Amino acid sequence: MTAITVTDLTDRTPFTQFLGDVWVLTKRSLARIRREPETLSDVTIQPVMFVLMFAYVFGGAIGIPGGGNYHAYLISGMLGMTLAQTAPGTAVAIVSDMETGLIDRFRSLPMARAAVLTARTIADLLTQVIGGVVIAGVGLAIGWRIDNGVGDAIEAFALALLFGYAFTWAGVCLGMVLRSPEAAQQTGFVIFLPLTFISSAFVPTQGMPGWLQPVAEWNPMSSLAAACRQLFGNPNPASAVHVWPAQHPELAVLCWSVGMLAVFAPLAVRLYQKKAN
Amino acid sequence: MSDEPAVEAEGLVKRYGKTTALAGLDLSVPAGTVYGLLGPNGAGKTTAVRILATLLRPDSGRARIFGRDVVTEAAAVRRTIGLTGQYAALDEYLTGRSNLIMIGQLSRLTMDAAKRRADELLEQFDLTAAASRAVKTYSGGMRRRLDLAASLIGRPRVLFLDEPTTGLDPSARALMWEIVRQLVADGTTLLLTTQYLDEADQLASRIAVIDDGKAIAEGTPAELKASVGGQRLLITLATESDLEAAAAALVPFTAQSTKSIIANGPARLIEAPVIASDGLATEVIRALDAAGVKVSDIAVRSASLDDVFLTLTGHKAEADDPAPETGQPSQTVKEPVA
Repeated sequence: MTAITVTDLTDRTPFTQFLGDVWVLTKRSLARIRREPETLSDVTIQPVMFVLMFAYVFGGAIGIPGGGNYHAYLISGMLGMTLAQTAPGTAVAIVSDMETGLIDRFRSLPMARAAVLTARTIADLLTQVIGGVVIAGVGLAIGWRIDNGVGDAIEAFALALLFGYAFTWAGVCLGMVLRSPEAAQQTGFVIFLPLTFISSAFVPTQGMPGWLQPVAEWNPMSSLAAACRQLFGNPNPASAVHVWPAQHPELAVLCWSVGMLAVFAPLAVRLYQKKAN
Repeated sequence: MSDEPAVEAEGLVKRYGKTTALAGLDLSVPAGTVYGLLGPNGAGKTTAVRILATLLRPDSGRARIFGRDVVTEAAAVRRTIGLTGQYAALDEYLTGRSNLIMIGQLSRLTMDAAKRRADELLEQFDLTAAASRAVKTYSGGMRRRLDLAASLIGRPRVLFLDEPTTGLDPSARALMWEIVRQLVADGTTLLLTTQYLDEADQLASRIAVIDDGKAIAEGTPAELKASVGGQRLLITLATESDLEAAAAALVPFTAQSTKSIIANGPARLIEAPVIASDGLATEVIRALDAAGVKVSDIAVRSASLDDVFLTLTGHKAEADDPAPETGQPSQTVKEPVA
């Protein structure tokens, strides 16, 4: 065995070490995508399928109060759903790492402890960017257009990604409390399906029964869809709904996202540390 | 180099609800040795390792690795330890080499140093040919080797091996043993848990026998064997009804430190820990004859760690031990008042 000089990086500050560790672990998650691109189906094939089904199967039967093209209406809702729906995937990845003991190994290394979770959420944020691009692409193909300025459009995507990132931390928490990847998958489905469907993501809230309308109107998914519609210049029937989040959708998305991050990120870190006992 | 122990634990206690995993474990592992924690499933071995590797906080008691406290100086401890758990803790989708490089970088090596060290370990553990394959294509033995390589990448001074060969076939097991021996030759301190007595016997220079969260015996394999008398006497009787009389006749021969003679009625078999001496078998036969006991077969063999375990705990070390074929458990005959 040849002796090699092991360069110790202990002179790095804790923060640069944290960034270095996050980078190493983010690369790890991305390497997996490179080796198995099919893991990206939830931000590529699946959203394309959903867009096409909603546009051509349900679309004709859905009227938009105040008029407007359903295809143009649909895309903002799909953007929110696609980004939020990556959260169960986050949970599955976390549970799998727990199960294989990889997280235990990370914990026994002289690395920054917060890096494991942070890297996971950054890798998932990058897959969300792919999802956003795919949705925009398929949208453009079916007749969706950005009718406002570029600045507004960038703001819409940025809001959507912030929103998606907040959901990723919810996914991390979910992964921490569940025991198997299967349970994470199923629980994610049970939580996120109603969350997306009881909203104005695909259907205007005006047509829902009176008791359900408030639920849909206050659903963060509705706020995101309305905010994006407003910023893209697409039909936005929620502007006629006189509840606070429908009237101030951008601010509502910001509040929901920051609120979720403030709750779920510290909770995730806490759960991660508690797993040690 | 000082005589400071590599691993030191005092009164470690860990409870999970009503279950007590550790009930006051004391350990002292000299630097540069292989130390075996031997015990059945659920004895507390893994809990002990997890505490020593900073993964778990003890409810009470303290532990130090080369003088650094595992709770209050956890970061410093992590720089000196390596851990290989019961399940290969690897990223299934990465290649073997990428896994090692990743762990190397997280162990504070530069990219270049991590790459060089990874290649060196792949070579050492005979994994070079599989280096660029995803880990999920590896066999069980290959995974264990890669996992061990991963825990060595930062050149730890103390390595924890939690049941390194559980579930491996005999050839993969032999290879692991070989690797472990090499490591010790390199000066690494090893703390090894196992439920296999032969493994502890083969590898460890000192052993702590753990049962119900406590060390119930400690010493070199030879000392432990000697503590149960060094020899085992196996006698098959002609008739089952002679069991009591035979057990009583054997009492004077049994090792002082142990009081148990095991009698299996239906098999007409008596097993006793005895002190080795010249002419032992002859004297035993005479004593049994004087007691009117007819002997069909007699054998004397060296005590194994199995015997140590059985004598100390009253049950076998290895899990899933089948009950005697007759369906009747063996009974332990206690020595009458001497």
